[in-house]
Amino acid sequence: MSLWQKLACVILTLVLCGSVAANWLAPAGYAKQYREATDAPPSRAHWLGTDEMGRDRFARVLYGTRISLLLAPAAALLSTLMAALIGGLAGYWGGIWARMAMAVTDLFLSLPWLFLLITARALMPLNVSPLVSVMVTFMLLGLLGWTTAARVLCTTAASLLGSDFVRQARAAGLPGQRLFWIHVVPNLKPVLYAQFWISIPVFILSEANLGILGLGVAEPMPSWGSLLKELEGLVSIGEEPWKFVPLILLVVVVTSFQVLLSKQEEMAA
Amino acid sequence: MRRHKRGFEQMTNTCGKAIAVAMLCLGFLLGHALAQGGGELRFCLRTEPKTFDPLKVEDDASAAIRYLTGGVLVRVNRQTQGLEPGLAVSWKVSKDGRQISFRLRSGVLFSDGTPFSAEDVAYTVQQLMDPALHSPTGDAFRSGVGNVETNVISPTQIAITFPAQVAGLDRLFDQVAILSGRSSKKEMAVLGPFTVADYKPGASVLLKRNPNYWKTDEQGRKLPYLDSIRLDIQPNRDVELLRFKRGELDLINSLDSEYFDKLAATSPQLVHDAGASLDSEQLWFNEVAKSPIPAYKKNWFRSANFRRAISEAINRDDLSRVVFHGHAQPAVGPFSPANKFWFNSKLGPQPYSSDAALKALQDEGFRMENGTLKDKDGNEVVFSIITNSGNKYRERMAVLIQDDLQKIGIHVNVVTLDFPSLIERMTQTFDYEAIILGLTNVDLDPNGEMNVWLSSSENHQWNPQQKAPETAWEAEIDRLMRAQASSSDPKKRKEAFDRVQEIVVEQEPFIFLINKNALSAVSAAVRGAAPVILSPQTFWNAERLTVAAK
Repeated sequence: MSLWQKLACVILTLVLCGSVAANWLAPAGYAKQYREATDAPPSRAHWLGTDEMGRDRFARVLYGTRISLLLAPAAALLSTLMAALIGGLAGYWGGIWARMAMAVTDLFLSLPWLFLLITARALMPLNVSPLVSVMVTFMLLGLLGWTTAARVLCTTAASLLGSDFVRQARAAGLPGQRLFWIHVVPNLKPVLYAQFWISIPVFILSEANLGILGLGVAEPMPSWGSLLKELEGLVSIGEEPWKFVPLILLVVVVTSFQVLLSKQEEMAA
Repeated sequence: MRRHKRGFEQMTNTCGKAIAVAMLCLGFLLGHALAQGGGELRFCLRTEPKTFDPLKVEDDASAAIRYLTGGVLVRVNRQTQGLEPGLAVSWKVSKDGRQISFRLRSGVLFSDGTPFSAEDVAYTVQQLMDPALHSPTGDAFRSGVGNVETNVISPTQIAITFPAQVAGLDRLFDQVAILSGRSSKKEMAVLGPFTVADYKPGASVLLKRNPNYWKTDEQGRKLPYLDSIRLDIQPNRDVELLRFKRGELDLINSLDSEYFDKLAATSPQLVHDAGASLDSEQLWFNEVAKSPIPAYKKNWFRSANFRRAISEAINRDDLSRVVFHGHAQPAVGPFSPANKFWFNSKLGPQPYSSDAALKALQDEGFRMENGTLKDKDGNEVVFSIITNSGNKYRERMAVLIQDDLQKIGIHVNVVTLDFPSLIERMTQTFDYEAIILGLTNVDLDPNGEMNVWLSSSENHQWNPQQKAPETAWEAEIDRLMRAQASSSDPKKRKEAFDRVQEIVVEQEPFIFLINKNALSAVSAAVRGAAPVILSPQTFWNAERLTVAAK
């Protein structure tokens, strides 16, 4: 593990610990409104100031990080499993199954997923708690985000079947199911891990995009997306630099994931 | 001493002559400057104008162009809210409110040189009322079935008779730009202060001074002072603000409170807060009997006591202060106090007290259990408020209301939806519980809101298209609205509409939250600007504005 990868590990651990310990670290709940101190600059009482409704920004960053950082991997896991199921099996079975699976994948890839998400969100029942809303948002992201990974896995599985060691195992009379579990799945694992790690920052950014459109996590629950909405209309960086903390955190976390990902890619190679 | 006196006299004479010469020079320069023109005024339209036909106007951009180019018979003075002569020097509405007769100015020419006469007014009215044209402006005049009759008495006299009474008939002509019946240029031949000289779709509209404009100022100088107006089409408000700051624009007609504060921080002399406008923001509950929401929730929402308690639990002062940075006024009722004539001045501020709201709910049978309010059947009081995504002010109001209602044990889920989905739920499926939206009022007269207050109307949002009024108070509102619409006596109409306002405040079908202030920005180079609350806030007196050379 290189120095950068160690540093990325430390950063991610710190951010994760900080968000998990939000209940103890945050000076107030994420929804508590200090209406007499709206849009306040950083102070001893509010380390990162307050937002437009007087809510402590530091508390919201901590809780928002917890939500984005815990649910994004969950969505990534869901999408990777779906990709493994659809792409992996299609690649293994080949023929018409592969063509059908790839046709479905292409169809999904060609869909304007942002509009699909907006539509899906609009069709959902209205009276859901913010927690359910955030889980549904990430579940939708997971259910729609498997396509690229499925293509990669299909191609990898197909190339594995053409490899010498699989041919030799077939020639030796290994039955299909055992061949799949003994030779194909273990060799797909590094690709699956890589796809999983790739998906996490993608989903974090997707939720942030949905949040900016007002379609992500419901109020008053914070997420990185809703925190980034504060930057709308900000014309100068120097004006209120503390408002950039969620953005900096997002960049740092996504970069850390990417640094770790390079390690996974090395392993996969 | 004498010498001194003579010297003093000489000096006085010399000074007097110098002052007189200076005054003459100044007068000459001013006169020359005005004769030369008042420069070019530049500002932004937020959308592409959909039409240049003044009779088909339904969007803000087209309305702005109609205001600047169209000549009207009578004009509502945006500052005094009174009616003033335009192309008509006098007018008279018949006692039954069906007929209006105008005496017109003589010697007026359209921008293309064709003369203006009563024939043009007749032509315009016939076009306006043509059902095939679907004129949104004409809709306001449609009070009954039948044809509109125009009787041209002489080139300067005309009488127009409608099939049924039209309330506030004379004021409606403020929106009717007169077309030329003879000109081949049709809507491009105008009687207003400016004409459309150039249009680059997606980029800009250039208006030039109408050389034939009939109006003069108090000194007899021809209006308008401005040579031209350049309207850049710019939907992005950040870019608009940036361009204004750079001096590339001379005014911003309507500012958000956030942008207003940003600009005020650096250039307080350029921003104008004209006070509460006619626009309101309100919350309402779904009271539609056939809506797919649980019956117990319908019972809450249809209870006036429940609605009043919710209203009392909302801190409107905080909505104004926190969400709009003080650039909004807590709403009193359906009409803003800015509407000088029609506002019911007996109405006082809406009370705010969480304790009183909770007590009122407890009197209704609700009870508090472990911080959660439950109705008499044990159902937790939980409902959702929807609003359109992207409107941060409404989203913020919803969050503040969510917090206010939490204090009395009511749990609110805030949901933002894209606008088409929201409209579908609101008007088609009725699958919602509460909504925050706003009303944009351009018309001072309550007749402009007939489609909101009549229970049979599609826009009677809390329970639209009722075959017969479902409540006694809605029946009373229907009666009063029809009574005021069928009377030509302003006093009687005012009495009827005052009572409507009182009923609405008592029953709270709409929980009126705030009236936004009319905020604008005007460059120091613009002379003569006096922003007002009525649209168009900053350029209502465009013919008298000048722009100093930069």
